[in-house]
Amino acid sequence: MNSLIEIKELTKVYGEEEATVYALAGVDVQVKKGEFVAIMGPSGSGKSTLMNILGCLDRPSTGTYFLDGRDVSQLSKNQLAEVRNQKLGFIFQSFNLLPRLSALANVMLPMLYNPLDDIDDTEARSRAVDSLESVGLGARMHHRPNQLSGGQQQRVAIARALVNRPPLILADEPTGNLDSKSSLEIMDILQNLHSNGATIVMVTHEQDIAHRAERVICVKDGLILSDGHGGKNPCLGRKELQ
Amino acid sequence: MNPNKILRSAWEGLMLNKVRSFLTTLGVIIGVASVIIMLAVSAGTEAAIAEQINALGANLIIVSPARGVPGASRTLLIDDAYAIAEQVVGITGISAEQAPAAQTVKANDITLDSIAVVGTTAEFPEVRDYTVASGRYFDLGEDDRKAKVAVLGAGIATDLFGTNEPLGQTVTVGSTKLTIIGVMESKGMVADVDYDGRIYLPINLVFQKYMTVMTIGGDRVRTIYVKAESQEKISSIITQITTVLAERHDVDPTKPDFTVQTQQDIIATQEATTAAFRDLLAWVAGISLVVGGIGIMNIMLVSVTERTREIGLRQALGARPSDVLLQFLLEAVILSLAGGLVGIAAGVGGSYLFGALGTMQTAIVPASIPVAFGAAAIVGIFFGYYPATQAAKLDPIVALRHE
Ligand SMILES: Nc1ncnc2c1ncn2[C@@H]1O[C@H](COP(=O)(O)OP(=O)(O)OP(=O)(O)O)[C@@H](O)[C@H]1O
Ligand SMILES: [Mg+2]
Repeated sequence: MNSLIEIKELTKVYGEEEATVYALAGVDVQVKKGEFVAIMGPSGSGKSTLMNILGCLDRPSTGTYFLDGRDVSQLSKNQLAEVRNQKLGFIFQSFNLLPRLSALANVMLPMLYNPLDDIDDTEARSRAVDSLESVGLGARMHHRPNQLSGGQQQRVAIARALVNRPPLILADEPTGNLDSKSSLEIMDILQNLHSNGATIVMVTHEQDIAHRAERVICVKDGLILSDGHGGKNPCLGRKELQ
Repeated sequence: MNPNKILRSAWEGLMLNKVRSFLTTLGVIIGVASVIIMLAVSAGTEAAIAEQINALGANLIIVSPARGVPGASRTLLIDDAYAIAEQVVGITGISAEQAPAAQTVKANDITLDSIAVVGTTAEFPEVRDYTVASGRYFDLGEDDRKAKVAVLGAGIATDLFGTNEPLGQTVTVGSTKLTIIGVMESKGMVADVDYDGRIYLPINLVFQKYMTVMTIGGDRVRTIYVKAESQEKISSIITQITTVLAERHDVDPTKPDFTVQTQQDIIATQEATTAAFRDLLAWVAGISLVVGGIGIMNIMLVSVTERTREIGLRQALGARPSDVLLQFLLEAVILSLAGGLVGIAAGVGGSYLFGALGTMQTAIVPASIPVAFGAAAIVGIFFGYYPATQAAKLDPIVALRHE
């Protein structure tokens, strides 16, 4: 059993009657441990909806979602919070760092909500320091977000996503707010993580970013249009599908 | 999640806006300070009343010359006291008192300067609830014949004789040699009068020896204390005294040149000055705590809105609804408790200040401190709960998208 994500006939419906929107209209996805997957597709195709469900921030309308062997599609709010804390690391387009906290304190946040409460302060700190060093920010850990560049802020966010050592990293347009140089730095870090065995699912609009992933899933109108490796993916060639 | 860590993150949340946090707690500060001052004033008034009763004796009626009436200070005479004793029914005794200038006192080779001398009639100890510790008080006959006897306050006795027996010894008060026949029990300072530092003499002796030509009318008294048989007889006694004295002084009973007061009158004025203040404080306390609570609720609601994204992020990182609830509730409680602490300091300081300013006595009630602190905590929990539930209810996706 090396399937980390296993989604079957997943739907997400918004609204009722005439206003019904199938944000996801029946999706099957499997992601194995250690894969680096990019999700592409036009605006409104359901990428973020899918990511929210993968991230246990939202529940599907129908269908099942097994994460790391556990059915998480119908968990309670508290159980979902626990799964998010232990199994998932989020990287957001807009970084989402707390502005008044130092980089170090931001990275320590996930350990604050550790349901097992088995990490003491000293260990939490040293883990956060290690995590920041792994993204090359060891020298900046006492800086606040507003004292850091966009690329550096996103690296703090990556350190935060890694600190609880989750099996799955989710990134919704991680380079969407960055210039091309910073984007490349971030992608280097993600690729490096991947080569060290991390499982990453990333949404992107940019072809060259998607090229860095080993597998691209193309979504349109709540359905998976294609899923595969290499250059045959329709989202990689056609402008209107990006 | 660990409550200690939530507490820390709540604290950090507040430190973000120090000035705003302080202003928010102002209502609680005022409320808590008012509670403490209010209780201190109440306790102080009670203490003052108890002291008053202790100083004067129970069931007393106090007759004194009216203030502000021309010549009134010369109108109350020892014969008035005798007349009251003879004619008024329902009384157990009277004590007329007069205090001449302070005297030099010598005995046992010791000289004491400026000692207060009080002339009284024989019933002074019973009327004023002030007992003789050793020896005896002078009697009616001794007073009438101006016997050269003295009764010492407890402090004077120790000052002059130490552990030696003062009874039967001679004491020179001014230029007159007197025999010591008694020593009063120790009473201490009561209502600013040092009872132990005085010498008690027959009033008629005082008239003769210490109220000289300079002080016109050697038979006037400062105060006549009348002890009633019971509380119920007091009003009848007042009427009788007024009638008797008005006739003797040949004045209209409605415009007397004397005043007849009861302890209740004195206590009532004392209570009236503080009661209004106390009621005001009770209102201030109540309103401030509610306003302070609403202030906290308001600031917490603003905070929840401002920090919606933060809440969404915390949820994404694994915060459960109860963690979010606890964080915001704790922020509210920390705010109100911080206000409570400052309020307690302000209340204790304020109580001392009011006491020192002199208009009313205050006594800080130790129990008022936990009570005030508890009130602050309740305000924090009560008014912080609603904003905290608003925070905990947020949907993580919606909260994260909030800008
Ligand atoms: N809360 C909601 N209520 C109603 N409809 C929604 C809601 N969230 C998303 N949708 C709809 O679901 C569809 C998919 O939205 P989603 O945000 O997943 O798109 P996306 O692929 O992430 O787009 P983009 O590339 O612009 O981010 C859209 O049609 C959107 O309008
Ligand atoms: Mg999206």
